[in-house]
Amino acid sequence: MKSARVVLGLASVFAATFALAQGSADKRRSGYQDMGEALQKMQDDDTANPGMLFVQLGEQLWSKPAGAANKACADCHASGSMKSVAARYPAIPKDADKPIDLEGRINLCRTANQRAEPLVLESRELLSLAAYVAFQSRGQPIAPPSDPRLGPFREQGGEIYRRRQGQLNLSCAICHDDNAGKKLAGVTIPQAHPTGYPIYRLEWQSLGSLKRRLRNCLVGIRAEAYAYDAPEYVALEVYLMERAKGMPLEAPGVRP
Amino acid sequence: MTNVLVNAPKTAKPGEIVEIKALILHPMETGFRPGTNGRIIPRNIIEHFVATWNGTEIFRMEMSPAIAANPFVSFFAVATESGTIGLRWTGDEGFLVEEQVAIAVG
Repeated sequence: MKSARVVLGLASVFAATFALAQGSADKRRSGYQDMGEALQKMQDDDTANPGMLFVQLGEQLWSKPAGAANKACADCHASGSMKSVAARYPAIPKDADKPIDLEGRINLCRTANQRAEPLVLESRELLSLAAYVAFQSRGQPIAPPSDPRLGPFREQGGEIYRRRQGQLNLSCAICHDDNAGKKLAGVTIPQAHPTGYPIYRLEWQSLGSLKRRLRNCLVGIRAEAYAYDAPEYVALEVYLMERAKGMPLEAPGVRP
Repeated sequence: MTNVLVNAPKTAKPGEIVEIKALILHPMETGFRPGTNGRIIPRNIIEHFVATWNGTEIFRMEMSPAIAANPFVSFFAVATESGTIGLRWTGDEGFLVEEQVAIAVG
């Protein structure tokens, strides 16, 4: 009996050290880990995840010619050749001086190579193409480019992230760094890692971009949301992707 | 461009209960919401969903404006014979989508 107790005691010591070892490791959590089991299953099942409808749509659009050049995405990039691409955006294109996000990259390709009108931000077409590209990076670690030109934008993004805004006088950091894991109106505050974008949010009943999600938060703190094409969003994205570096992408994510 | 995702087993034993899951892209506009111009956006929903097994109806569902966009339907059927499961969605504005999946029973 006594020896059994000693063994039990030892086991709990091991358990404690194991917990400590885990504690010192990565504490970052994707929003996926904080949502209910039913929603996790919905995201994991490719025939139940509504985001996959848009991936399917994006795949169809990929081979549809557009613009004056009458070229389809697939004419330059074979279907399924976009692996890991979404994991490294936003990035600064070769001859540019500002970072663009994945949607910006798709529109740049449209205007420069397809010679077509850029797709409207948050339109079904653009979201579907982004979802199709992002889906191909599923499971890949987020890997922001080492481009030194991104530095100032990352700092700007971090500055916005920590800046108090709006009538509630809150910054992103107050909720998502200082109080992440606690409850806000019965909902667990996530750490705000952009792991699943574009996401299918049940509240939206539609697919939406990270920009749309950021706007939601800005409206929530009663701040004036930036215009959809504002550079502030891209700077925030640059910062958030660096913050989530190494975390696996899970696009298209499902969120409540 | 039809946009449907169907999840049904490809094979089943005779008498086995199989689950059939279907997801479809549709806005399910309720007809109660005002648009940005203040006018009511006309109702645009899927009204009926019907499933058949080799032509025989096995499941029918009537949908209402309270159902969310991109409706997901899951139902069960007893596998009796090999053949085709047909799924058919009909609704406002002449909406009609048909999808078929094959199933081998034996």
